[in-house]
Amino acid sequence: MTTVDNQDARPYVSNPAPPDAGLRAHLVVEHPAFRLDIELTVAPGEVVALLGPNGAGKTTALRALAGLTPLTGGRIDLNGTCLDDAGRTFVPPERRDIGVVFQDYLLFPHLSALENVAFGPRCRGASRGQARAIAHEWLARVGLADLAGRRPRQLSGGQAQRVALARALALRPALLLLDEPLAALDARTRLDTRAELHRHLADHPGATLVVTHDPLDAFVLADRLVIVENGRVVQEGDAAAVTARPRTDYVARLVGLNLYRGHGDGHTVTLPTGMAFATADTVHGDAFVAFAPTAVALHPDPPQGSPRNTWSATVGGITRHGDHVRVHLVGGPGEASADVTPAAAATLRLEPGQPIWAAVKATETRAYPAG
Amino acid sequence: MSMSISTSSSANPSGAGPSPVADAPSSTVEHRRAVHPRARRVVPAPLAVPAALALAFLVLPLVGLLVRAPWSTVPQRLVEPEVLAALRLSLVAATLATAVCLVLGVPLAWLLARVEFPGRRLVRALVTVPLVLPPVVGGLALLLLLGRRGVIGQWLDRWFDVTIPFTTTAVVIAEAFVAMPFLVIAVEGALRGIDDRYEEAAATLGANRWTTFRRVTLPLVAPGIVAGAVLCWARALGEFGATITFAGNFPGRTQTMPLSVYLLLETDPPAAIVLSLVLLAVSVGILVALREKWIGQSA
Repeated sequence: MTTVDNQDARPYVSNPAPPDAGLRAHLVVEHPAFRLDIELTVAPGEVVALLGPNGAGKTTALRALAGLTPLTGGRIDLNGTCLDDAGRTFVPPERRDIGVVFQDYLLFPHLSALENVAFGPRCRGASRGQARAIAHEWLARVGLADLAGRRPRQLSGGQAQRVALARALALRPALLLLDEPLAALDARTRLDTRAELHRHLADHPGATLVVTHDPLDAFVLADRLVIVENGRVVQEGDAAAVTARPRTDYVARLVGLNLYRGHGDGHTVTLPTGMAFATADTVHGDAFVAFAPTAVALHPDPPQGSPRNTWSATVGGITRHGDHVRVHLVGGPGEASADVTPAAAATLRLEPGQPIWAAVKATETRAYPAG
Repeated sequence: MSMSISTSSSANPSGAGPSPVADAPSSTVEHRRAVHPRARRVVPAPLAVPAALALAFLVLPLVGLLVRAPWSTVPQRLVEPEVLAALRLSLVAATLATAVCLVLGVPLAWLLARVEFPGRRLVRALVTVPLVLPPVVGGLALLLLLGRRGVIGQWLDRWFDVTIPFTTTAVVIAEAFVAMPFLVIAVEGALRGIDDRYEEAAATLGANRWTTFRRVTLPLVAPGIVAGAVLCWARALGEFGATITFAGNFPGRTQTMPLSVYLLLETDPPAAIVLSLVLLAVSVGILVALREKWIGQSA
């Protein structure tokens, strides 16, 4: 990075990306009924998605980082400065170098779009004129220069989202937090806004953390995913790694895979239900087996011949899923989803409660250690 | 053929014959919707009769005032110097008292709504005491505190040569004392009603608590503050008991409209009626004007 050269040439440069740049946090927040305990690091320029189901603790994590909920344990460091150590140090939200885009934006209803964006710079000591100039610049950057005088209630959902983004970015925060940034938008607006948001986040030189329950938002917006369930990190990695090797049912469902945990012994993984899966991969000990619903073939009678994993199941339900039919199966390894073509579904005359045979080739499975 | 069967069973997983089952409940709902509003229009007598009586009870005395008013002499009575002096004093004192209540009461309401402190419930209870306290008792209490021999008054008198009782200042203080709870309760309610996450958003943008209060909280609760100030002003305008006890009854100095009405009732009843009409007109006028401008907007 160029900053390294700058550091050598001009030692007085105040912010030359030190090794502890970005966010390093160990967040512990304990409520009577809930405990959040996660570790997070986000480098400058990196976009990390905190992905998880509702109630996983994502919003609590965001509030702790913003200083709206104090930590009960752990520590938050941003660019080498401690913001909260659950004891002596607590930097209040107004003195943290952090911008927040709230889920429902929370644009001040009595201020125009311009005044909303100018609010931050004004609070941080800019003159009225400077603050308005900064706000104009940011509104232009998100493509809303024409709507500077509008009140929030005169803006569409997508426009309000962009004003909220401009308002948070106008302070050039070291850490940008976004809480479900696209959740309040309708499907059509979401698509456009997601692409545009991706562009702005990619341009943001600081660290960015996106909290979302939508895997698509996470895959499009983020460089890296941190998946939380019940207040704990269950999996981390880039989109490819997470989709290839899910480690919990939640992640498997997110990426649309059947996932089972069992005991590996070479090319066989034995599940707690007693079923033994033949796998192409070699695993030993605690292991996962995953396969796609499209890899499951359905037969009216026990399939013969080829080396396949077969089991008898009961049809639990049938739904349309894109251009194929998704069949929910009960039995064998537990529950499983199978995707078949409408033609196949018609031939099999599928209906709930019907007994059926399922088969998956060993080469269609993936097996990996669960340890 | 069989393809279409599989899609319809996916739309209705229960598998039962779709059309009759789906139609039956919706027609029941329409049936209910059509009948119930008409049934609800019948107001039961045990509620209708007392409600009508209550309305009559509230409105008829005012009708009596209007019926018995000496309309032919109203214009000339209105411009009599004593009447004008009392009207002016009332308006000025009520407005000053409201200003005092705003300056002191809004911060108190904010404290009660936004800051957790020990004894907050006790403080909230204390704030409402003047609301239920007989005003005469309030006036007496003020006299014992601020009178020439009062707990604080004696020092004001000795050190600064300041005497409060029986002055216009005393009128303002008495009115503020009885009217402040109206403002505090209204504003605290408004503060609790707004989404306090706006204040969190302001904090993440670098605003400290004072800036947040000034630039975010205050504009958001403005309708509530106006409503509280109107109630407060109306209460101050009509104040009688605490005023006559603490401020006395000196024409031009402490004799407000309600005091004039009471005294004129013995010497010149038609004049008392005219003054009452003025008070009624001012109260209703202000209430209607502000209701349309502010309260109606927030409701």
